Amino acid sequence: MGSATIRAVDGITLEIRAGEFVALLGASGSGKSSLLNLIAGLDSPTSGSVRSGDQDLAQLSREALAKYRRHTVGMVFQSFNLIPSMTVLENVELPLRFAEVERSKRGTMASGALERVGLAGRLRHRPIELSGGEQQRVALARALVNQPKILLADEPTGNLDSRTGTEVMQLIQTLNQSLKMTVVLVTHEAALAEKYAGRLIFLADGKLVSDQPNTAKARGDA
Amino acid sequence: MKLYDSVELAARNLRESVLRNALTTLGISVGVASLVAMLSLGIGLQQLFSQRLHSSGLFDRVMVTSRRDLRFNREQERNGPAPADSPDLDEAARQNIASIPGVVEAYPDLRFITELRFDDKAHLTMVSGMTLSQKGGDSLAGMQGSFFSSGEAHEVIVQKSFADELLGKAHARGPDEINVAEVAKPVLGRRIIMRYAERESSTAGGDSASYSVISRELPLTIVGVTDLDPDNLGGAQARVFLPQKLLESLHAMQAYDFRDSTRATSAQPSYSRVIARVNGAGKVDSVEQAIKKLGFNTFSILDASKGLQTVFRIVDSFLLVFGSLALTVACIGIINTLVMAILERRREIGIMKAIGASDGDLRNLFFAEAGAMGLLGGIFGTLLGWLIGRAINLGTNIYFRSIGIPAEKILAVPWWLVSAAIGVALVVSLVSGLYPASRAAKLDPVQALRYE
Repeated sequence: MGSATIRAVDGITLEIRAGEFVALLGASGSGKSSLLNLIAGLDSPTSGSVRSGDQDLAQLSREALAKYRRHTVGMVFQSFNLIPSMTVLENVELPLRFAEVERSKRGTMASGALERVGLAGRLRHRPIELSGGEQQRVALARALVNQPKILLADEPTGNLDSRTGTEVMQLIQTLNQSLKMTVVLVTHEAALAEKYAGRLIFLADGKLVSDQPNTAKARGDA
Repeated sequence: MKLYDSVELAARNLRESVLRNALTTLGISVGVASLVAMLSLGIGLQQLFSQRLHSSGLFDRVMVTSRRDLRFNREQERNGPAPADSPDLDEAARQNIASIPGVVEAYPDLRFITELRFDDKAHLTMVSGMTLSQKGGDSLAGMQGSFFSSGEAHEVIVQKSFADELLGKAHARGPDEINVAEVAKPVLGRRIIMRYAERESSTAGGDSASYSVISRELPLTIVGVTDLDPDNLGGAQARVFLPQKLLESLHAMQAYDFRDSTRATSAQPSYSRVIARVNGAGKVDSVEQAIKKLGFNTFSILDASKGLQTVFRIVDSFLLVFGSLALTVACIGIINTLVMAILERRREIGIMKAIGASDGDLRNLFFAEAGAMGLLGGIFGTLLGWLIGRAINLGTNIYFRSIGIPAEKILAVPWWLVSAAIGVALVVSLVSGLYPASRAAKLDPVQALRYE
């Protein structure tokens, strides 16, 4: 840490509507992950506000932010971030523990989420026994088990080969379309964003460079 | 997160690095064990002593001696009348003492060494009196046979070692190895003949200090066999007891009679010691004061045990300090283990926060881990401490036997000590968990999740 202040996210004004599929694009260090952390309630801005629904995340207590993360957002990461000592089912059940969901309901909810990502048969496996793509699908199941409104994905295909990456992206697209989840995807691959997102937002040095509808996808869909 | 979930997650985390956590728990166990072992020995010794004192039945007795008897003039009693000016401890004095409020009875402590014949064989031992009030007392617990049928009955109660001697097995075994019931059976109801010297005052009102000594024999029946000498307080230990009234009526020559004859001030024989039985141990102090005002020396077991209580309190606090040192080291072990765990599980903590764990959830998780180690450590430590105490007890008993002292139970692990030890281990561990828990709670999830 040097003495100079680094503005990771600087003066960005942005509005994402419910049900949108947005891609945050930019080079490494452009501030796209920092912006995602602000939306996730993992980080707080030094100034300005982050509104989600009728809440201003910048004003919330740490406890209230934890509650927001628990119920409103689900996250997936580039490195999956599963807990290696827990089985697949236990990993997916973990958010339900924090949400104080009744013990008897957890199993059904977790296996339901795993079924949705196509991993109903791997409940008792440890993450290390699964392929990368499968691990990311477990992470997705964990993200959606609490039925959040927003799915935040930070480079979800960064550690996957193109075939499994596509599978994961198609799954995310399905969640966006069938469950009406708002999806914010952080990626540095423009091609991936153009294929799935409805709106492309480019960042550089913490500033908003461009914000436009994805015309390529609009054409593809048509 | 619910408490049950915290505990369950904590348990799985403890299992994940089982060796390290087991070692930390072992550290707590050793700390608790040293605490338990030391305190249980301290308490055990204390209990042994007070039990010994209580079973002597002497807590409610005050020994009264004349200041003239210089043997009993202790340092703290130098103030008061000079020995030569102080009153005689005679029958009048005994009655005065008996009339002090709180005194149930006052009787002279008569004891003398004499010869007893049993099966035409002579035995020498100390004979003493026993009042009827001792019937059913603690000092006679475990007595075989029956108590005296009356105050003047020609009956004796003998101590078990004397009964053993009568049966011709003297010195064959230590006192703790003699079974009262076993030796009582062949001697109960048997006849024993006591020889004694009667002191017969020659002429009433004549030369104050002259008397005759007449040798007499008295046939007695053995009615009881007991464990202890109930009136033994620093005096020679008697092994044969006659009813107090009977003994008083015999006017048996006492060892001090001869000494007294050289300085007699009255025709009445004086007593070496008078025993005042007090109505409850709480009144011993006030009765002692009242008797001292009459110009006599007093001594009670309370005087002796007061000093003893202080000594035990000091010993206990020393043991506590040393035991606590070990526990402190164990606490540092807990802090170390948990701080290490935070470093190791940094990413995991970040993940948990990202998926909705609050600061409180993580604090509770680390608290539960510290508490679980404390609880387990407390339980194992108490067990270990008890075993160590047993081992020390065993070791000292082997040593005792080798130098001819009977074995004793010097270990006491009362329930309050067990629960206190486990409680202290738990509380101390939770306190040790405070810092790691708050560190885990405050960990910034963005930092924790950053790629290495």
